[in-house]
Amino acid sequence: MDLGPYAAYIVASYGVAALVLLGAAGWLYLGGRRLARELAEIERRGARSGNGADLHEREN
Amino acid sequence: MLARFSMFARLQKLANPSVFMRVSAAVLPWVAALAALLLVYGVHLAFFASPPDYQQGETVRIMYIHVPFAWLSLMVYALIAASSFGFLVFRHPLADVSAKAAAPLGAAFTAIALITGSLWGKPMWGTYWVWDARLTSVLMLFFLYLGLIALRSSLEDEALAAKLTAVLALLGVALLPVIKFSVEWWNTLHQPSTGFTATVHPSFRAPLLVMAAGFTVLFVAFHLKAMQNEILRRKVKSALLAEAARSEPSGFHLPAE
Repeated sequence: MDLGPYAAYIVASYGVAALVLLGAAGWLYLGGRRLARELAEIERRGARSGNGADLHEREN
Repeated sequence: MLARFSMFARLQKLANPSVFMRVSAAVLPWVAALAALLLVYGVHLAFFASPPDYQQGETVRIMYIHVPFAWLSLMVYALIAASSFGFLVFRHPLADVSAKAAAPLGAAFTAIALITGSLWGKPMWGTYWVWDARLTSVLMLFFLYLGLIALRSSLEDEALAAKLTAVLALLGVALLPVIKFSVEWWNTLHQPSTGFTATVHPSFRAPLLVMAAGFTVLFVAFHLKAMQNEILRRKVKSALLAEAARSEPSGFHLPAE
């Protein structure tokens, strides 16, 4: 498809938009995965060590 | 009356973060799929079903990217302002989450509008940039987005950061009508607004509206995901604080014998 003498500007516009949007999507997706992993790890640690009530029972 | 009350009650339920996480997880794939469909169709219309402009030639195709993001840059800020109002006045549980999640997205969309506008301006006006009212006011909007993000990040006290950011967001709303009417109030190089009812030929209006709808739905998908991430981040922070409190040694010591 012939985009005329200013094709580079047209392609650059769509390219910049695609880059920013893909970057945003990646940031959101990877950020969500990292946070879910962190939360799961903390909850696993909490389940392994027992909650506060268990600790008090062991001390008594 | 009863139906409206029950709908309001249903919306109130969504204000619960756990309910929001559940509902948004179910809805998000569909919203993302709808955005993808609209954008694929929109790009098809933009490149294969609309003619070149008699003045601008093929560069009119930049309009189908630039104008939707210009619209979105204003719409996202309006959402941040509404969320900030909801947070300050009604203490809505998800309002601050919404405002915080939207700011980086609004900044990104405004950057796209500015960059594509510059790339459109060079062939049209012979320059990438002029300090006219429209371009300058949108650049100020971009700086305002960055200011919201920076203010939020600069304060350790998240509750204080939320309040100050909300106040700044509400003050910044004054910029929106300035941007909107800048092409009418001042002599600007930028053309008058491209509206839904403007004298835009249907062959140009259809791709423009489809692309605008696609990018708007895409923003909804991004915003839902960003809100989910923010809720998770707050859960992680609370869980870490609870973990630290549990592992702190007790202050009670038995006296030595």
